[in-house]
Amino acid sequence: MTGAKRATVKARRPDGARAATPKKKAKRPVKKATRPKSSNLRFSLREKTAPIVPPQAISGQALMLVVAIMSFLACLTVGFVAIVNDAANDWTNDLVREVTVQIRPADGVNMLLEIDRTLALVREFPGVGDARALSDEETKGLLQPWLGEGLELEELPIPRLVLVEISDPELLDLPAMKNQIEQDIRAASVDDHRVWNRQLSAMANTAVLAGFGILVLVLFSMVLSVIFATQAAMSGNKDVVEVLHFVGAEIGFIASEFQRHFLWLGLKGGIFGGMMAALSFLIIGFFGGGDISSVSGNQVQALFGSAQVSAIGYLGIVAVVVLVAVLTALTSRLAVHRHLGNMD
Amino acid sequence: MIRFENVGLRYGMGPEVLRDLTFSIEPQSFQFLTGPSGAGKTSLLRLLFLSMRPTRGLISVFGKDTTKLAKAELPSMRRRIGVVFQDFRLLDHLTTYENVALPHRVAGKSESEYRPDVIDLLKWVGLGDRMHVLPPVLSGGEKQRAAIARALITRPEVLLADEPTGNVDPPLARRLLRLFIELNRLGTSVVIATHDFHLLEQIEARHLILNDGRLAVHV
Repeated sequence: MTGAKRATVKARRPDGARAATPKKKAKRPVKKATRPKSSNLRFSLREKTAPIVPPQAISGQALMLVVAIMSFLACLTVGFVAIVNDAANDWTNDLVREVTVQIRPADGVNMLLEIDRTLALVREFPGVGDARALSDEETKGLLQPWLGEGLELEELPIPRLVLVEISDPELLDLPAMKNQIEQDIRAASVDDHRVWNRQLSAMANTAVLAGFGILVLVLFSMVLSVIFATQAAMSGNKDVVEVLHFVGAEIGFIASEFQRHFLWLGLKGGIFGGMMAALSFLIIGFFGGGDISSVSGNQVQALFGSAQVSAIGYLGIVAVVVLVAVLTALTSRLAVHRHLGNMD
Repeated sequence: MIRFENVGLRYGMGPEVLRDLTFSIEPQSFQFLTGPSGAGKTSLLRLLFLSMRPTRGLISVFGKDTTKLAKAELPSMRRRIGVVFQDFRLLDHLTTYENVALPHRVAGKSESEYRPDVIDLLKWVGLGDRMHVLPPVLSGGEKQRAAIARALITRPEVLLADEPTGNVDPPLARRLLRLFIELNRLGTSVVIATHDFHLLEQIEARHLILNDGRLAVHV
């Protein structure tokens, strides 16, 4: 050894480990700050050890509320997107499976004869399921909101509609049928609802995109909140982090300790928010059916469906809850890594 | 084991608090680091346990230049150095047992692996019956021994103790010193920072005396 030597005791040098061991102190009655333990020491030591980062040191309540609100909003967005998407799909399916032939009144046109000819013609095409003309009552019902009750169809030049249901869209040659009808039937035109369909798809796509935009903004706000909360937690637990550093903890270990708290917190907040959103949709579905016997209720239901979230919508809510929990945990982990990286 | 060559340290743009330090800590050596308050003892200890990097000079720890150490290497280096802080730095929400077991826990060991060692060490430092007590109800001496046990549990090659007898009465200070001597006898290099002259008189050991940031070595 150079420049240094082992210690030599001037007085009361211990003879060995036992001699150096400080005397056991008499048992003290202080028990108030101990963990509950069983009478069996070995058993009690096998009990789960306390978390290294104290849970109460993280501003849990406020952050959990923020996460719950954010996941509630995100789940609402997903639910509404699902409703709009389902309604648009229903509309599109209905429209794709239906073609309307309109026969306009014209000089020398026998309306009833032309309707019968139209029905006979369309039924010849493969892929057509059924075809029928709207009855007088149905036609009056359609015009009632604009022309009122007591309408006499014979007094007005009102076009008549033939509804053609398509059983197999792939089998039907729609352009050929359209050409045939317009050639053979006087004053007839075929509406395959393509314009409507296109507009509806555009509207639905816009709604879905807007929904995802809102979802991204909500999740981004939540991520920012978690970053601030993590930084606050790191500052509040500065002593713990320093001690962990001194005893040789890897950054990954410290990050995992914080991440575990935030994952649990995000999961609780996410589940709470998701449950509230699901409950809201159940209530809307229960009471939102509204007065479907009225004309306006009927129209609203025709446009938006029954305002009930489908199974896929509820799956989306579950996915949002999981996403919220994972995002919370990952964000906290990255924030801790960054904080510790700056510390070293 | 640890080697300082012309090491200087300053905080920010302030004056140098440590100047031209050149010394080494040899394996299984025992030394006191002493000097008046404000001489730079704690700063030197912080350099020794890799909490800070020097402004200038070379520090070599276990054969590695600390300026070339990657951040990822620091934890494994720190595990070879045990530190006892003047203010103990025990985690108040963990029991004495959990505090002492902390270095094993952060190293990823399972409790069944370290439990017997922790219990034996706690008994050895006289805290066998205080295992489940939280630090706030421990006395100053008990906290000090818990902090020492935590520093020793992984059998570090070097033990750094900052004023380990600063909060205890003279009889307990002597007992703690005997504990350090025993550790040294078992192979650990010990550096005790203190300005307790009674403690210095207890044993013959190397003295590193810091004064106004400069170091003098008395063998």
